[in-house]
Amino acid sequence: MTLGRSLWPPCRNPPGLPEREIMENRIREARPHVNRNEKLIFERSTPGKSGVDFAPLDVPPVSPEEVLGPELSRSEVEGFPEVSELEVIRHFTRLSTWNYGVDTGLYPLGSCTMKYNPRINEEVARLEGLATDHPYAPEALVQGCLGVLHETARCLKEITGMDAITLQPAAGAQAELAGILMIRACLAERGDPRRHILIPDSAHGTNPASATIAGYEVRNIKSDECGCIDLANLEHAMTEDVAALMLTNPNTLGIFESKIREISDLVHARGGFMYMDGANMNALVGVARPADFGVDVMHLNLHKTFSTPHGGGGPGSGPVAVKNVLEPYLPLPIIEQAPDGGFGLNYDRPRSIGRVRAFYGNFGMAVRALAYIQANGFEGLRQTARDAVLNANYLNSSLTGLYELGSCCPPMHECVFSDRRQAARGVRTGDIAKRLIDYGFHPYTTAFPLIVPGALMIEPTESASKEELDAFIHALASIAQEVEEDPEFVLQAPHTTRVTRLDEAAAARRPVLRWKPSHQA
Amino acid sequence: MRYLPNSDSDRAAMLKATGRSSVEEFFDRIPEELRLQGPLNLPGPLSEPEILEYFRQAAQRSAAGYVSLLGAGAYTHYVPVAVNALLSRSEFFTAYTPYQAEIAQGTLQAMFEFQTLMTQLTGMEVGNASLYDGSTATTEAVLMALRVTRRNRVLVARTVHPEYYQVLNTFVRQQGTELVQLPYEESGQLDLSSLETALNAATAAVVVQSPNFFGVLERTAQIAEAVHRSGALLIVTIAEPLSLAVVKPPTEADIVCGEAQSFGVKVAFGGPYLGFLTAKEKFLRQMPGRLVGQTVDKEGRRGFVLTLATREQHIRREKATSNICTNQSLCALAATIYLSLLGKNGLKRLAELNLAKAHYAARQLAAIPGVIAPFRAPHFNEFVVRPPFDAHELLAELRKVKIIGGLNLERFYPELRSHLLVCVTETVSREAIDRTVEAYRRTAESVAGSDELTGCKTAV
Repeated sequence: MTLGRSLWPPCRNPPGLPEREIMENRIREARPHVNRNEKLIFERSTPGKSGVDFAPLDVPPVSPEEVLGPELSRSEVEGFPEVSELEVIRHFTRLSTWNYGVDTGLYPLGSCTMKYNPRINEEVARLEGLATDHPYAPEALVQGCLGVLHETARCLKEITGMDAITLQPAAGAQAELAGILMIRACLAERGDPRRHILIPDSAHGTNPASATIAGYEVRNIKSDECGCIDLANLEHAMTEDVAALMLTNPNTLGIFESKIREISDLVHARGGFMYMDGANMNALVGVARPADFGVDVMHLNLHKTFSTPHGGGGPGSGPVAVKNVLEPYLPLPIIEQAPDGGFGLNYDRPRSIGRVRAFYGNFGMAVRALAYIQANGFEGLRQTARDAVLNANYLNSSLTGLYELGSCCPPMHECVFSDRRQAARGVRTGDIAKRLIDYGFHPYTTAFPLIVPGALMIEPTESASKEELDAFIHALASIAQEVEEDPEFVLQAPHTTRVTRLDEAAAARRPVLRWKPSHQA
Repeated sequence: MRYLPNSDSDRAAMLKATGRSSVEEFFDRIPEELRLQGPLNLPGPLSEPEILEYFRQAAQRSAAGYVSLLGAGAYTHYVPVAVNALLSRSEFFTAYTPYQAEIAQGTLQAMFEFQTLMTQLTGMEVGNASLYDGSTATTEAVLMALRVTRRNRVLVARTVHPEYYQVLNTFVRQQGTELVQLPYEESGQLDLSSLETALNAATAAVVVQSPNFFGVLERTAQIAEAVHRSGALLIVTIAEPLSLAVVKPPTEADIVCGEAQSFGVKVAFGGPYLGFLTAKEKFLRQMPGRLVGQTVDKEGRRGFVLTLATREQHIRREKATSNICTNQSLCALAATIYLSLLGKNGLKRLAELNLAKAHYAARQLAAIPGVIAPFRAPHFNEFVVRPPFDAHELLAELRKVKIIGGLNLERFYPELRSHLLVCVTETVSREAIDRTVEAYRRTAESVAGSDELTGCKTAV
C-alpha cells in the first residue's frame, strides 16, 4: 500500500479531505488512460501507414489517369485514416467495451426481444459456400443456398400456419410495406381500391409510416385500457373504404387480443384484410398460429423471434407470410422445389407487386434463423415461448406495488408500467432507465407504447434467469426508494458510465455529423 | 434446451410468486379453439454437431471452388481477418440500436466514423448511418428528392442496376410518381440528348449509376448541368464504391447513395448488404434513416448520440420521412473496420489492382477474333463483352474449368443478346483470367466446327 501510494501520480487533494473523496479523486485522475479516451480513427492517423499488404500484381499495371482520363481520375481520398492493423484492432476493441450487449447482461428492451444470439448461428452463417455464393451464380451451383431459403420458408409457414411466404424484405418495416402493397394490389385487381388503413393507437410507429408510404391514409383507432381493439369502435370505423386493419398481437402492452376471431370476421365481412404485425410472435410460437386467427398477411422479425443478432441496429430480416388469397402478389422471385428435388427461382408471376429489395433478401439472417429453429425443435420453441411469458409475468407480479401498472390485463411476453407515481417526484421513465444502467442493466423501452403515460416497457425474454430477474427487481425497487429519498440523485444518473448524460438538444441544434480535419472544422 | 437458463425449480418458484397454478393460465386470453393442438412439423431438436453437419452439407452444394467473374451489384473482395475478429465482439453484435447513448458509445462512435468515411469517399457533406442495401437506398434517395422538390416525375437511366429500378418502381408507383427510363448510347453511357428532351418542370430527380450497370463511368458533371438547369436533383447511385478511390467523386450531384457491400461484407447470396446515402447539407432534414451526431456530456467530454430523430417513424408516425426503423449497423461497422484497415493508401492500391486486372482481362478477351467489347467509355472493374457465339454455350464451357464467366445481360436487356457483364476483382488471378481466355478460344473453335454458327446471330 505504501509503495503503491509513492508511485501514484501527484494528487491535487487539499489536506483534510475525507478519505472517500481522496479515493474518488484518485480514481478520476487515473482516467485519462487512452483506453477510456479512444480518439476517432481519423485522429489516430499518421501518413504512410496501412493495415493491409498486397501480393505483387500478376498482370501489367495500368495508370488510373491513363485509362480513366485526367478529368475522371482521383489522386487521393482526403482525410482518410492511415493506421496499422494493431491500431485498428485496439481502436475497435476499445470501442466495443463501451457497449452493452445481450452477452453483457439482461437487456429487457420491450418490443425488441433481446434474446440470446446463439454462437452456432454465427458459425454456420460464415461457412464458405453459404457466405460466398454470388446471387447471380447459376441455380445449379447454388442449390445449398436455395435449399436453406426453402427450408427456412417451410418452417416459418409451419409455425405461422400461413400458406406462402417471402423472405425478401430486409426488416420489419419493409415487410409491413410489402404486405400492405400486396393488399393494395389485390384490391386494385378486384376493382375495389380503398383509401384507408386502420391502426390502433397502441401500434409501433412503423405501422402508420409504412401504410402512408404504401399510399394509404391512416385512421388511428383508440384502443381500450388493455391496448386491445374495442369492437364497438371497430364496428364504426370499419367502413367499405378501409383496405385493412393492422394489428399487433399480442399487442404492445403484451396482451393477447382475445376477440381476434370476431375482429377478423368483421374486417372480412366489410371486404377488408387483416394484417398482423408479428413483432411479438415470440409469445406465440408453438402455442397458437396466426393463420387460425383469420390473419391474411403478417410479418415476422427474424431478429426478434428467431434469435438473429440485432447488431447495434441491423441487419434485420422481415419475412412476410400470406394466405392463398394474397399469394399471387408476393414479391419476385419466389423459391420453388421441382419434383426432382432441385430448387429454382420463379420470376414468372405477372400479378406480383414486384421487387422490394435487390436479390433475395438478407440470406445470412435466414441461415441463422433456421439454425435456431433446428436447435430448438418444436418442443424447444414452445418451451421458449412459455419461459418468455413466465419471466414477464414474474416481473409483472414482482414489480406491481413498486410501479403503477400500465394495464390491468394479464400480459404475455412483456409487461408495461407507468411512471405516474415517480413523475410526481419529478422523475420520469427515462430517468429511471438511466439509473438502471448504474445497477448494471440495460434499460427497458421508455415512453412506449404511447397510450401509457410515461411507459416502462419491460421484456425480459426467455434468456433471463431467475437470478438475474431477482437482481433486476431489486434494482427497480431500490430506484423506487431513491426516487422517494433523493430524486436529484436519480435525475443525474448514470453515475458509473464512461460519459455522463449526453446533450441531445445540442446535437440536434447544431448537427455535427462527421469529423473534419482541424484546418476545416 | 441449452439456450434456456431456468431450471424446473426456478420455473416453479417463479410461477408460485405469480400466484398462478400453471403456466397455461398465462395463455388464458387465447381462446381454446385458437390454441395449437398437435406438434408442428419442424426439424430438431438438434445438437451443435448435427446443425453444423446440416449446413456443411448445404455449403457443399455451392459454387465454392469456382472462380467467379460475377459482379453486377455484389462484389467478391478479400476481407482481412481482422474484420471478422472485431465484428465477432459480442458487445457489438448483440447490442440493439443505440438509444441509450451512455452504454452504446462504441456503436455510436463507429457509426460517426462510418458517416465520415462515406462522405469523404463521395464528396458529399452529410451521410446517414446506413440503409438496407443499394436498391432501397436508391429508392429512399428518390423519395427524398420528391419531398425536396415537391415535383412528381423521375428520370432513371436504363444503365442503373435493373433490380434497383424494379425496387424503385414497386415503391414510388404508390405515390403517383411518373417513372421514365432513359436510353443509353453506343458508349454504354446515358444518352445525353434523351436526357435533355425528357427533362421538364415536373422533373424531381434524375437517377444515374456510376460506374453504371455495364461497368462504365457516367459523365456526371455534364449530366448535373442539364439536371440543375431544370431545377431537378441529380442522384448518383454507386454499386461499386471501391471505384471512388481512383475515380473523381460526383460532387456535382445532390445525393450520392448506393451499396457498400464491397467494403468488408461477404457476397453471402445477396445479403445482408449495406446501403448508404450521402447528400448536400441543405437536404439534411429530408434525409431518411438514422443519423449519429457529436455532442458533449455534462462534464464537457465528447460523446455521440442518435440525432434529428424527429424525422423518424417512432416519433412522427404517419408523417415520418421514411418508414425505416433498422439500418444495417453491423454491416456499416464491417465497412468502417475494413476502410480503417485499408486506409488512404491501401484503398487506392486495391482500386488500382482491380483496375489493372479488369483491364488486362478486357484486353485479352477483346484480342480473341470476333469478341467485341461494345462499350468504349472508361470502366473500373467491370466491362461488357460479346462473344461471336451463343453465350450460354460459352458459360457452360467456362463452368467445365470451374469459372463462372459473368452475367448474361439478355436477362435484363433483351436487345443485348449474348452480351456478358464480366467483373474482375483483385481476387481473380492472372491464371484464372488466362484460363477464361482459353475457354473462349475453345468455344470459338468448337462452334466454328459445328453447323450452328449461322444460327447464333447476335443482336445489338
